[in-house]
Amino acid sequence: MKTIPLSMVVNGQTCNTEVSSRMLLSDCLRHDLGLPGTHVGCEHGVCGSCTVVVDGRAARSCLMFAVQADGAQIKTIEGLSDGSALHPIQEAFWEEHGLQCGFCTPGMLMMAYELLSNNPDPSDDEIREAISGNLCRCTGYTYIVNAVRSAGAKMRALNTMAAA
Amino acid sequence: MSSHLDSIVLPKSRQREAPGQDLKWIGKSVKRLEDRRLLLGKGNYIDDISVPNMMHAATVRSPHAHAKIISIDTSKARALPGVIGVYVGTDVATVVDPCPSFASPPVTQRAMAIDKVRHVGEVVCAIVAKDRYIAEDAADLVEVEYEILPANVDIEASMAATGDAVIHPADRASNCALDESFQFGPVDEDFARADHIVKRRLRWGRSSAQAIETSGCISQVDPVTGGYKIHCNTNFSNFIPFVIAGSLKIATTQLSMVPVTTGGSFGSKVFTHKIIVLTSALARLSGRPVKYIEDRLEHFTNSDSHGSDRLYEAELALAKDGKMLSMRFKMYDDYGAYLQFGVGTNGNAMAQVTGPYKINSFGMRLMAVLTNKCQQGPYRGFGSEVTNWVMERMTDAAAKELKMDPVALRLMNMIQPNEFPYVIATGNLYDSGNYQEVLRQAQSLIGYDAWKKKAADLRAQGRCVGVGVATCQERSVYGPTEWWSLNNRATPGFTLTSTPEGMSLRVDPTGKIFATLNAVFIGNSPETIVTQILAEQFTVPMSDIIVGYADTHSGFNGVGPQGSRFTTMIAGACVSASIKIKTKLKLLGGHLLEAHPNDLEFRNGAVGIKGADKQVSIADIAIQANFFRLNFPDTPEFDSGLETTAVYDHPISTLPHPERKHLGVFYPMMGHVCHIAVVEVDAQTGKVAILDYAAVHDNGTIVNPITLGGQVLGGTANGIGSTLSEEFIFDDNGQFVNPNFAEFAMPMAHDMPHNLKMGHVETPSPYTEYGVKGGGEGGRLGAPSALSSAIDDALQQYGVSVQTIPIRPSKLRELIRAAQP
Repeated sequence: MKTIPLSMVVNGQTCNTEVSSRMLLSDCLRHDLGLPGTHVGCEHGVCGSCTVVVDGRAARSCLMFAVQADGAQIKTIEGLSDGSALHPIQEAFWEEHGLQCGFCTPGMLMMAYELLSNNPDPSDDEIREAISGNLCRCTGYTYIVNAVRSAGAKMRALNTMAAA
Repeated sequence: MSSHLDSIVLPKSRQREAPGQDLKWIGKSVKRLEDRRLLLGKGNYIDDISVPNMMHAATVRSPHAHAKIISIDTSKARALPGVIGVYVGTDVATVVDPCPSFASPPVTQRAMAIDKVRHVGEVVCAIVAKDRYIAEDAADLVEVEYEILPANVDIEASMAATGDAVIHPADRASNCALDESFQFGPVDEDFARADHIVKRRLRWGRSSAQAIETSGCISQVDPVTGGYKIHCNTNFSNFIPFVIAGSLKIATTQLSMVPVTTGGSFGSKVFTHKIIVLTSALARLSGRPVKYIEDRLEHFTNSDSHGSDRLYEAELALAKDGKMLSMRFKMYDDYGAYLQFGVGTNGNAMAQVTGPYKINSFGMRLMAVLTNKCQQGPYRGFGSEVTNWVMERMTDAAAKELKMDPVALRLMNMIQPNEFPYVIATGNLYDSGNYQEVLRQAQSLIGYDAWKKKAADLRAQGRCVGVGVATCQERSVYGPTEWWSLNNRATPGFTLTSTPEGMSLRVDPTGKIFATLNAVFIGNSPETIVTQILAEQFTVPMSDIIVGYADTHSGFNGVGPQGSRFTTMIAGACVSASIKIKTKLKLLGGHLLEAHPNDLEFRNGAVGIKGADKQVSIADIAIQANFFRLNFPDTPEFDSGLETTAVYDHPISTLPHPERKHLGVFYPMMGHVCHIAVVEVDAQTGKVAILDYAAVHDNGTIVNPITLGGQVLGGTANGIGSTLSEEFIFDDNGQFVNPNFAEFAMPMAHDMPHNLKMGHVETPSPYTEYGVKGGGEGGRLGAPSALSSAIDDALQQYGVSVQTIPIRPSKLRELIRAAQP
């Protein structure tokens, strides 16, 4: 099958590859680029596990063709941590027990990342609204809401420190 | 006074670690050791794994519920570039046998259908190709011709099916797989002396776990043994590998199953039998390693995760003062087209079918019905979630008919704290409990009296607000007699009586501790729990311990996480293994310290002389134990190494009565949950809003409060879904109408109570290490009853009562409309 050249910046790294026109972004990330942290739960855009951040906005990578991301900046769960320290969102999910099996977690983390990037101090209702398109079967969401709230506080404290 | 339970002799407790000790790690909300890799996106789930030269499979599935396969034309699919092979059921049958069935007599089930399909989604053909896109293209090119047969969809109608509607005509003449009746105690006498008999027809509809990860497998033929190396997100790799090997027509020595991280199970990935057998057959037939990952549609229509689907005609006998005397029911269970786990889900329910109440006798007629749906599999509760709901519905119905307060009726009938251990009519043991305290705490947390008054006030203003209370059992730590005790006694099947849990433990020369489990991670916290317990045992920091998972070559006796057993059972294995290693550490340490082992104790990672400062660290003993043999006497007990295995048996279980006068003790670590829900029903739409919610659980001694909390909340979410929204809908032709996440409505973040009040009571078990009981299912075991009760209360002005769940808004609206004048 004919392939199309594709160039995107994924987690700060430029990735040049060739994909078929119908290759999903989720499959491209997972299987072509070796980034399996983005999970595929339903492949019909409902569960949200495959959520990544494309040019600053959360998107379902199972509903995007890879070629649609040509030239885009993409952030996945693998890009949250700087390689040693966990991102405050990851820290907060850990401390607040915001995950059990971990399968929906990539999507939850990326939704939280988008939310807190735009709204550093969300209310619980705003947190629920932000993750309302992401299914979790383990936690009943309560500890996820706690984790996002805590992550917001951590990020605000870091920003305050950085500003001081 | 003699009773049918007289033959039960309770074994003595084998508990070694008493509850109530001053503990450093157990009982603390330590952060999970499983989480870091998951948070970094490095979970190593089945679809993250590749093996060299791996090909990909896609399947062709039946669009019909019941049909003869007339022909399958695979020529176009075979011609597609990139396709390695296209295989039909007769091909698959040349290399593998039918899937394992725990039913007796078995219902033959193949990984790929031959001649006939028995439910929508059953696999009729599979393609192996160089990538999944091509495999799916090829699947679309396969042409199958069917002759449609009558579909069995309704439970009662399927019982009467004849002719072409019989699903397995070669095996059995009807669609009734089992019809057995039981009387545990003097049921007829108790009903005869009753002043009041409550009767209800109750229907629990089919739903499923739907973990966010589907099931999947990678299988490759092992060139050395001629068998298979298999990666699969099954929970059963170290429990019954010989059964899997049997279906694969190989010896267990030719089978190597590698554990992988599992993205949620809730029962649905306990076995994944079809996927293992199918993928291995494709690997054998194609000569290539094959990966097969179900898509969501396949997981809905053809996985192991369809839950209980039951119709009850139930009767509760009471004295006029409200004392419960007996319960009995006639029950149909729609098991789908096959009977994978026999009637184990009904055996399970016998553990606590009479709830937390003193009920003298219990009777049942159980009919296991085959229909043209996917076979049932386990789902969080394994059948007991249904009987909990039936018991609580009957209790509410009794309160209404006797004009008693439902809480007062419950309190009047509850087993008292001083009456444990308590044997119920079916023979199962309730080890310990304090149901009254659980109820009291739940009422206090939610402000029960205030809510009752407020709800009445709001109802007076025309709003439909109600309060519902459920007091339910949460059995934990199953014994396997539940799988066969209800079978016909002439064909009891494989009457196993052990479900042990084993582990390996070693101390390396630097004093670090390595534990290897024979179970898998499914979202629970095995590494965390085991590390907490071992840190306690060896008085070391948790960072000195690492936990791994064994494959089938090194593993043994690993039943794994199911039936709320793992924490309790692995705690037992940890204690057994620790005793062995600690005994040797004391022996060696005693030699080094010139002290008798009996005068030694473990403290701060060292072996020290009681009452004296002199001590030697575990690391110092370990280096000597591994590298300095000549420092010790020349007798075998000082031989090198600090390693052991341990297998922990079920702490207390007994056999069923030979004539089934009772079922024996098989599920005795009895937790208790009280859920109180406050709901408002929108009478115009039937939509239920949860205004407030309290969940108090007693799971004995708590090892890790925050992870137990996670289980309670997650289970409650499942229970809310099972009650209010999640329903598998089949039309009259057996077509599965809503097999996708958009239409099968699982709770989202908005649907959970926003301020759920959770509490715990800790009544330790007298039989388990530290007094731990299981707690993995309680949320789903309590929520349906509390919500049903609250809806009844809210709609009392209409006289509407929930007799069927799930009760989606459209159905509730129908009931309200029918009740309106």
